[in-house]
Amino acid sequence: MEFIDYYKILGLEKNATADQIKKAYRKLARQYHPDLNPNDNQANKKFQQINEANEVLSDPEKRKKYDQYGQNWQHAEAFEKAKQSQQAAGERRYAAGGENEGFGDDFSSGDFSDFFHSMFGGGFSEGRSRAKFKGQDYNAEMQLSLRDAYTTHQRVFKVNDKNIRITVPAGIANGQTIKLKGHGGAGANGGPPGDLYITFAIAEDPVFKRLGDDLYITVELDLYTAVLGGEKMIDTLDGKVKLKVNPETQNGTKTRLKGKGFPVYKKEGVYGDLLITWLIKIPVNLTDKQKALFRELSQS
Amino acid sequence: MLNTEELITSEACCAYYHIEHSFIQTLNEYGLIEIISDGRTQFIPNTQLGELEKFIRLHYELGINPEGIDAITHLLLKMKDMQEEISLLRNRLQLWDSEG
Repeated sequence: MEFIDYYKILGLEKNATADQIKKAYRKLARQYHPDLNPNDNQANKKFQQINEANEVLSDPEKRKKYDQYGQNWQHAEAFEKAKQSQQAAGERRYAAGGENEGFGDDFSSGDFSDFFHSMFGGGFSEGRSRAKFKGQDYNAEMQLSLRDAYTTHQRVFKVNDKNIRITVPAGIANGQTIKLKGHGGAGANGGPPGDLYITFAIAEDPVFKRLGDDLYITVELDLYTAVLGGEKMIDTLDGKVKLKVNPETQNGTKTRLKGKGFPVYKKEGVYGDLLITWLIKIPVNLTDKQKALFRELSQS
Repeated sequence: MLNTEELITSEACCAYYHIEHSFIQTLNEYGLIEIISDGRTQFIPNTQLGELEKFIRLHYELGINPEGIDAITHLLLKMKDMQEEISLLRNRLQLWDSEG
């Protein structure tokens, strides 16, 4: 377990006054507070460190213990036991109900470091222990294929040995995060449980490319159909579609199939478009007769 | 007729969160929280409680005044839009990269 320099975390000298601690804490808290840094795990971790540093340094008893035993925190417990035995039974270790500024309401003591727990146990003085603490928020990633994301479907996954069934709405985007309220860590002292944030990672499809709600596909077209026009069967995520090909279709021409793209998130029955790029294939292995006909064409 | 199952009285909110009614009133004036009234009692939609809790944390814990909360809310919305745009552009870039 590594020693944590709480003064360094708050950017303070060891002789900092209570007012300086409060100011430094507030300044950093405003910078890293989770409400001001949504979906930012780095800021969240930093905020927990700041919160922990403040929990110790803003409490005179804890600060004294930390200053005395910080580097040798392993001996702090033995020291406390010896000290307690000298005190009269029933005497309170910490002043109850003391003013202690902090943002503990957002975090359970489970968010504090092992170092903190080894020095201060549960971590909260009696005055704070009655406060309700929201449970820890969890983050998870769910991998989906493009075809999975095409339909609304149920998924079951495990979080802390509990099976959670969720409905993945059709049209979910790559990188999109949804919040499942109350599926995070348990709250303390009757506080609400945390939330579960699921970020979706949608794998690329070898055939269809997705851009927003539109799908893109490249389809090969033989030269003769491209020149003379005709019909072509196209694969969509919704099944096969017969498409009319205009005569004299150029290589790289795009055709838009309205409503054959990706479902629009949480808008039932609404779909984006499918954009087809025609890739004209030049015939190979021509017979002498075919070559002669092409020559004739080129001279006409 | 109000559907009270989806509403909570602002009085109950104040008691639960230990906040002054004037704070909710100010948030309403800034358009940050919707207040519904039946003429006698004021209600807050349940769906807004998450946002309200956030504003309470910003004000009472971080010492940010309602003007600041208003500005932050606009900036966070802007940030969310930009993050969505970045995500869209990233996906678009992937599309071109994979074609290259």
